[in-house]
Amino acid sequence: MDLVNLTIDHIPVAVPKGTSILEAARRINIDIPTLCHHPDQKVKANCRICLVQTGADQLDTACSTQVREGMTVLTTSKLVRETQRGVLELILANHDQDCLKCIRNGNCELQDLCERFAISRGDLEIIPPGDRAVDSRPKDLFNPSIVRDYAKCIKCNRCVEVCREVQDAGILSSAFRSTDYMVQPAYGKTLDETLCTYCGQCIAVCPVGAIYEKTQIDRVWEALDREDRHVIVQVAPAVRVTLGEEFGYEPGTPVTEKIVAALRRIGFDKVYDTDFTADLTIIEEGYELIHRLENQGTLPMITSCSPGWINYMEGFFPEVMAHVSSCKSPQQMFGALSKSYYAQKTGLPPSKIFTVSIMPCTAKKFEAGREEMSYDGVSDVDAVLTTRELARLIKEAGIDFRGLDGDDFDSPFGITSGAAAIFAASGGVMEAALRTVYEVLTKEEMPQINLYEVRGMAGIKASSLFIGDLEVKVAVANGLANARKLVEEVKAGNSPYHFIEIMGCPGGCLGGGGQPINTDKTVKEARMKGIYQVDQDMAIRKSHENPQIKALYEEFIKEPGSPLAHRYLHTHYKSRQ
Amino acid sequence: MKKNVALITENFHHYIPPDLAGYKHFGGFTALKKALALSEEDLIERIEDSGLRGRGGAAYPTGKKMRQSKAYQDDIKYLICNADEGEPGTFKDRDLLEQDPFGVLEGMVITAYAVGATHGILYLREEYAHLLELLQGAMAAMRREGLLGQGILGTALDFDMTIFSGAGAYICGEGTSLIESMEGRPGRPRNKPPYTKAQGLYLKPTLVSNVETFSAITAIVKHPQGVFTGYGTQKSPGTKLISLCGNVNNPGTYEVPFGLTLEEIITELGHGVAGDKGIKFVQVGGISGPLLPRACLKMPLTYEDFDAEGLSIGSGAVLVVDEDTDILDFLDAVAAFFKHESCGKCTPCREGNRQLMNILKRMREGTALPSDPENIQRIAHTMKYASFCGLGKTAPTALLSAIKYCPEEIFMRRGQ
Repeated sequence: MDLVNLTIDHIPVAVPKGTSILEAARRINIDIPTLCHHPDQKVKANCRICLVQTGADQLDTACSTQVREGMTVLTTSKLVRETQRGVLELILANHDQDCLKCIRNGNCELQDLCERFAISRGDLEIIPPGDRAVDSRPKDLFNPSIVRDYAKCIKCNRCVEVCREVQDAGILSSAFRSTDYMVQPAYGKTLDETLCTYCGQCIAVCPVGAIYEKTQIDRVWEALDREDRHVIVQVAPAVRVTLGEEFGYEPGTPVTEKIVAALRRIGFDKVYDTDFTADLTIIEEGYELIHRLENQGTLPMITSCSPGWINYMEGFFPEVMAHVSSCKSPQQMFGALSKSYYAQKTGLPPSKIFTVSIMPCTAKKFEAGREEMSYDGVSDVDAVLTTRELARLIKEAGIDFRGLDGDDFDSPFGITSGAAAIFAASGGVMEAALRTVYEVLTKEEMPQINLYEVRGMAGIKASSLFIGDLEVKVAVANGLANARKLVEEVKAGNSPYHFIEIMGCPGGCLGGGGQPINTDKTVKEARMKGIYQVDQDMAIRKSHENPQIKALYEEFIKEPGSPLAHRYLHTHYKSRQ
Repeated sequence: MKKNVALITENFHHYIPPDLAGYKHFGGFTALKKALALSEEDLIERIEDSGLRGRGGAAYPTGKKMRQSKAYQDDIKYLICNADEGEPGTFKDRDLLEQDPFGVLEGMVITAYAVGATHGILYLREEYAHLLELLQGAMAAMRREGLLGQGILGTALDFDMTIFSGAGAYICGEGTSLIESMEGRPGRPRNKPPYTKAQGLYLKPTLVSNVETFSAITAIVKHPQGVFTGYGTQKSPGTKLISLCGNVNNPGTYEVPFGLTLEEIITELGHGVAGDKGIKFVQVGGISGPLLPRACLKMPLTYEDFDAEGLSIGSGAVLVVDEDTDILDFLDAVAAFFKHESCGKCTPCREGNRQLMNILKRMREGTALPSDPENIQRIAHTMKYASFCGLGKTAPTALLSAIKYCPEEIFMRRGQ
């Protein structure tokens, strides 16, 4: 490898050719301030905070400048300090100064920089409200998932990049110029007027409080306050390995039992596990796949768990609708069961049951509000909180999360398998489904149930597996730009696969738009490791071996794909074009 | 030294464009014939030997640029003539396109041959839309005579060109913004690398040069070696087109040999300041250039003399401002221009111009705050050092030069 020698703050360092000054400096523990830079994104170099000195009178942005042989870089010279501070002050002068009321208070990259540069007051003139271009733009809060606050935007363009490059949706763009410059959907539309998938990846990369989830915490408190409401909650697979981050745990630390205990303290009548309906999804989806395989049905079949993906499909690729499994997502299967099976079992009227989900996802809020997701005027799911909102709820309730003793989920939706847990990771649904499909079809035990080929952070993963005489070809995509590559093949009619899993967010749900902020690839990898550990440690690792699932079929649904299954567990889609 | 020369502008008023026969009558396309008789290597060497530097403002050695461009081989290579002459006070490219379009286009074909370009594009400033028909006519005439298209003049050279009309943004004079706008995106500068020469328009190798540079290439190749370099100084050979404007009696485009002083240009070509007033300052290089006080007027117009002062000749605009002009009013107009034209992409340029304007407004009204003198300099410095592209970096040039040369005019007025 070609090494380039340079000095940074007089410290010699040798790094591979093509390395940026920023990366080279980080190798020797020099932390150059950044704002528009994001480790998982292309270099933008538009905030200009990362300037370093590269010559007597020359500053360059460390993020975009590659190292050169013999280069001398200074990161704390007077010129650097003054210019960096100057840039920061210019950003602040056009930024809301109401940190106390901001959702990102305490978790804001701009605030961190202010602390670092000891900004005690705006040294420059603060542009008064009314004089800013963004003042003509009210908050965009017209959809159930995402709020955009134009006044908080610092124009770093991370959201534009993730929306265009990672998610292939291209909803956000930068418009106008000079002081009118702003990030907005084309033609100044609100998100609900666009084909926004509500994946929330823009939230996950926003350094400040310009984009955030539309909260339903108050709705949940309200339900909890009502005596005549039976409030139950389900917790998605991906939440258990990420919530801990909000309370100082390392990424990937499972905190499942503590979550259960916290929710019980908050006052939920029953605390259930979405893993249960993830197992149920595997049964329904597995049988759907078997049915399609055995009856020359439309193939490849594509999973339907990710509402970000479903929104993308309905908006951009309605042509492949017939390929998408008709199964509802685990959240919605749980919701439907809570208002039917569970209502019958408990004798409670469905209208008195208030079903809350804790999800890693902002699109789940949109999904819960879809008209297909209700029965006789009763919504399957009444409120959806993201992982971040759960953390806020726990903090609001004054619970010492780290000090909590663990607790177990309630019955009947508390017994789950490892197959359900790995729904959190890209490839997990595929792996879980194959564990079941293999054994149902061959009636033999699967020799190796860990399908390593479909695990990991790669954007597209493919594998094949002999089930009896049939070589089942599968592929997995995470992130919608990757999904597009597989879907284009399906649309063109030349997809080589039988079964495709698509998750809207990079890494799958553990990288969801509702997850703790400030994640990069390494954090997602740690979360992924955590979730496979959860699977490894489970007594039951295959959905069809979950005794409670068997009981559900015996007592209620009768068999996969039955009329009752279709009434409660399956759905349909519609083009958004 | 002859003050006003005619080398690059030698065909001005000699023929009526797009009369190709007229152009040929005065030696038109003999340069192309000479060029095609040379190897590409020898041709580039010829340009290198002339010492020609880019006339758009950056003054990058043209021969070197051609050599670098030639190294990038691809099935398509674009050659762009940057006729987005948006620098206020600059109009020499307009004169070249109006008076001698063939001189520009011939320079493009010569360059295309030297660097292996396949597609030419003349990026025409939106405000020059009136030249569109003329230039299209000129290109059509060349096409008819085998001077554009397949096998130019019976050689293996295939090269044709089109015109792309800009939409009026100043930023699009910057090479990468120009390309972005051609690709249908907002005119905002790109990150480098990749450099335009390697991956420019549609990510194909692209060479972007100024109108005057192409005209100069034609003149250099057309005349025997030594004619071009016979003008100017050792380090700044040749001639330069000056856009002389402002409070002078005789404004206009002048071709001058390098080495003339600003004073000579103003008094002898411009016939002095209108109304016999004194000069307050001269802004050189357009609105992005510095304000030079009277004391600087003896400075010869050469790259080396300007470099030594930390200045730039820029596009060659010379704006004369008389003593009746309020310098703060002038600086306010400069800041207003840049606030209007900033693309908004980077923080310093987007936010800085507005802050400068606010402070200048208070200074003009006599209500400056105690912190304003320090802040205006801090903001200007931040913009100069931190902006993404040349627009933001040079937006405070006039202000900083005014502070350097006449701080009392800026800070000590109106009861401050």
